[in-house]
Amino acid sequence: MTATLWRLSGVETRKMIDTRAGVWLLGLIALIGAGLAAVLMVVGDPGEQTMSEYFTFAQLGVAVLLPILGILIVTSEWSQRTALTTFALQPRRGWVIAAKAAASVVLVVVTTAAMLGLAALANLITPLVTDAPGSFSVEAGLIGRTIVFQLAGVLVGFAFGLALLSSPLAIVLYFVLPTVWTVLGSVISALDSVAPWLDFSMTTAPLLEGSLDGEQWAQVGTSMAVWFVLPLVLGVIRVLRAEIK
Amino acid sequence: MITVEHLTKRYGAFTAVNDVSFQCEPGTVTGFLGPNGAGKSTTMRMICSLTPPTSGTATIDGVAYRDLANPGRHVGVLLDASAQHAGRTGREILAVSAMALGVDSRRVDELLELVGLSGAAAKRRVKNYSLGMRQRLGIAHALLGDPSVLILDEPANGLDPEGIYWMRGLLRDFADRGGTVMLSSHLLREVEAVADHLVVIGQGRIAADDAKDALLTGGGLVVRALDPPALGEVLTRAGISHRAGDDATFAVDAPAETVGRLAAQAGVALLELRPADSGGLEELFLRLTTVGDATTEVV
Repeated sequence: MTATLWRLSGVETRKMIDTRAGVWLLGLIALIGAGLAAVLMVVGDPGEQTMSEYFTFAQLGVAVLLPILGILIVTSEWSQRTALTTFALQPRRGWVIAAKAAASVVLVVVTTAAMLGLAALANLITPLVTDAPGSFSVEAGLIGRTIVFQLAGVLVGFAFGLALLSSPLAIVLYFVLPTVWTVLGSVISALDSVAPWLDFSMTTAPLLEGSLDGEQWAQVGTSMAVWFVLPLVLGVIRVLRAEIK
Repeated sequence: MITVEHLTKRYGAFTAVNDVSFQCEPGTVTGFLGPNGAGKSTTMRMICSLTPPTSGTATIDGVAYRDLANPGRHVGVLLDASAQHAGRTGREILAVSAMALGVDSRRVDELLELVGLSGAAAKRRVKNYSLGMRQRLGIAHALLGDPSVLILDEPANGLDPEGIYWMRGLLRDFADRGGTVMLSSHLLREVEAVADHLVVIGQGRIAADDAKDALLTGGGLVVRALDPPALGEVLTRAGISHRAGDDATFAVDAPAETVGRLAAQAGVALLELRPADSGGLEELFLRLTTVGDATTEVV
């Protein structure tokens, strides 16, 4: 069983990057990361022109685009109707879902590693084009929290994809719903006390800023229960029962 | 072997497949015939555990599809040649499935060669494939895991005459080596040339299920002689039941060899000695199609 799951996860990882959409999204993430580093190099303070800062700044692009890959890994099976092949080759649909989740984790880890490489390269160039000396020091905790931050986004996208089984619907709602929630939270005073616990963009933002205390981690957990676990459960039930056409 | 027992699928008040039972034996090609919307694809999807049946069961060599450990190694499935990611190349689609099946990637090149998609065609994205090329890719895909059972839904769709001829040879060869083939079609002529066994479905129900020869020659022989009365006398003397048909022919219920020998011994020159038209099946099929169309119009 583990051998099958490993193999399936490999297959799903490959399926994420062997299409034009996948290659474009990943290329765009690298390009935006490089662009953001260049911006920081030109307009940033010398104190900010370090590998650690380049790395953190590059996450802006990653945070927007990587969840789309998390959505597409599920929804493209329906829009391109490849689900017919996928589930004929593996009728245990739960395994396919698990393999796709595993592939999403692989994607986040590999992207983080690539962004570290990009940041190191930017840091290497820094003394050549600016007055700043640069610094290769990156806190291990920052890398860990960045992975958690990006994973949260990708997994929420993944769960949205499962629950909706439609690329445009899942992508639009992924970006619109949390924003609507944030707006509602700011205008409805009754939501003031719950927003810090349920607003997923609000709870995960501190991950990129510094270490979190116990309450902040609990807030990450509760918001993920709403935006990840809930749609995931609905989505799994839907896919397990669905008629694949 | 594919065994289907009392499969039923209802969508609300509409019954797409109604208590369908049949078998596809190893070493044979079973043609699954029916007009569009008769329930062919739904039945095939239920066999492959893609559509949950309302009731009834389907098994492959005694095991439900969803319980097969690595189904692609037992059953090659082609349900819709167009259901492939348009952005992947033909080769990539096979390579990904080879990985999922755990078969050697060399098999991918072998199969691309077999279906005539090697070289430049394999590197093109499926978006740019014709329907015929997609069918060829789908057949390669079905054969990837070296299965013993093939389930193909309308595989001849979009193939040119040469492609159809090629596919018949391939399926015949597959069955002759002991494989089980189930292929669907809405055209009688298309499966007549390759099938050993025919299962005809209309409006969700089995309308006929028998060996092709029995279904096609159920009408006996048509015999015409230069001298009809002489032939009638020969047949009466031999005790073979016959009745006069149009154009001085006789409809005869006897093997062609028997009739031919009798006529030769009696010195009666025969002008025609052939199976009666597959009228029975053709008519049944036509009736199913017409009824199917009528239903569509009402809806």
